[in-house]
Amino acid sequence: MTAGLFLDASDPWVDWSWLSSHVPTVLADLQQHVVLTVIAVVGGLVIALPLGVAAHRLTPVRLSSLGAFGVFYTIPSLALFALLVPYTGITEVTAEIALIGYNVLILLRNVIVGLDEVPADVLDAADGMGYRPRARLLQVELPLALPAIIAGVRVATVSTIGIVTIAWVIGVGGLGELILQGYIESFHTPLVVGSVLCVALALLADVSLATARRIAVPWARSS
Amino acid sequence: MDFLGRVLAWLTDPAHWSGTDGIPTRLGEHLHLSVEAVAIGAAIALPIGIALGHYGRLGNLAISVSNLGRALPSYGILVTAFQVFGLGDAPIILALTALAIPPMVTNSYVALREVDPDIREAARGMGYRELPLVLRIEVPLAVPLIMAGIRTSAVQVVATATLAAAIAGGGLGRYIIDGFAQQDYVKLFAGAVLVGALALLTDGSLSLLERVLMPRGIRMRKAPVTRQATAFKTA
Repeated sequence: MTAGLFLDASDPWVDWSWLSSHVPTVLADLQQHVVLTVIAVVGGLVIALPLGVAAHRLTPVRLSSLGAFGVFYTIPSLALFALLVPYTGITEVTAEIALIGYNVLILLRNVIVGLDEVPADVLDAADGMGYRPRARLLQVELPLALPAIIAGVRVATVSTIGIVTIAWVIGVGGLGELILQGYIESFHTPLVVGSVLCVALALLADVSLATARRIAVPWARSS
Repeated sequence: MDFLGRVLAWLTDPAHWSGTDGIPTRLGEHLHLSVEAVAIGAAIALPIGIALGHYGRLGNLAISVSNLGRALPSYGILVTAFQVFGLGDAPIILALTALAIPPMVTNSYVALREVDPDIREAARGMGYRELPLVLRIEVPLAVPLIMAGIRTSAVQVVATATLAAAIAGGGLGRYIIDGFAQQDYVKLFAGAVLVGALALLTDGSLSLLERVLMPRGIRMRKAPVTRQATAFKTA
């Protein structure tokens, strides 16, 4: 790698012949990226929903869970991967533990805010109509908290798509694999393709979730 | 000796506390990159966010800049800066600055928007002109959320600066990247402990500063729960 390569005019930002001959590789990386992201967001929800319901009701749970996941969230992903690797190895499990943990904080906050903001009048009315606690939670509280929860899912999804690009250090690259290749070979095309696909994927996910929200909760004003 | 014992031995080995690959040098590099990026980012982002919030203009832009920032792959930005501008601190700082700006714009915008309109009107009635109104009334009231935005940015810049090592830069990330490359899990783990501690310390010290800078008036008003900064994580 020589410094002269950096601004080499003969290396265009996108070499279309490289791209057309590498479509399967690019699609495989994209697919891995999507799978890693979906597992991380769904995994985060599976933990954050029950924990959020508990935290909404019990102050000690709220303080301890927000505190613990807050610390986890603050730790940079590269450091977290490095802390986990001696125990869980160079595997997708390592990546997912970190990504799910980050998403739990984002989702937990939004679940709690969503449940906290359900008006007391509505709860009184539900009680008066004879809702039992479980039915009230599932049929009244969670649906009303849904806009806040979906907002959390959007933030979690977009953040995860960005952070997955760092997982190449533990061999779980997704689109980060392409960026790495661009770096190692001082070759613009994989870098540009990887980065642009990553941003496009994030924006597509964001728009799809915003649309899903409009369909699922048409009464909530968009934010 | 067990694994954590060896990590502790690595961290306390005097050989690792001197020289160009020593902890003080790497910490210095890390702080230099981070502080410059946050300072430049704040100088650009805060006036924009505060102005947009004051006039209540372009709110969608101020909010969606954070959405866009979240979508940017920090590693891709760093490698791009490296390929365009080459080796050195300047490209790294440029990339980190770009990632530092969005949360500060969004949070300072939201902070100014949340100032009670009655207070703004009262100040106008008392004869405050625009600039003194912003500087002496709105910004002090908005300090908690503005500071929360700066804290979010700073923590993310410190986190992303770790990746500088992945493009031949310095900083504490050096130990992690080299640890992976050499399959030296002790060095890897020790580096991760240092990076994690630095991120937590950054978060802790800035939240302390946030409390110190909060005007007494707000603290006494027992505001319900101070609003949290927009979640923003890039690395």
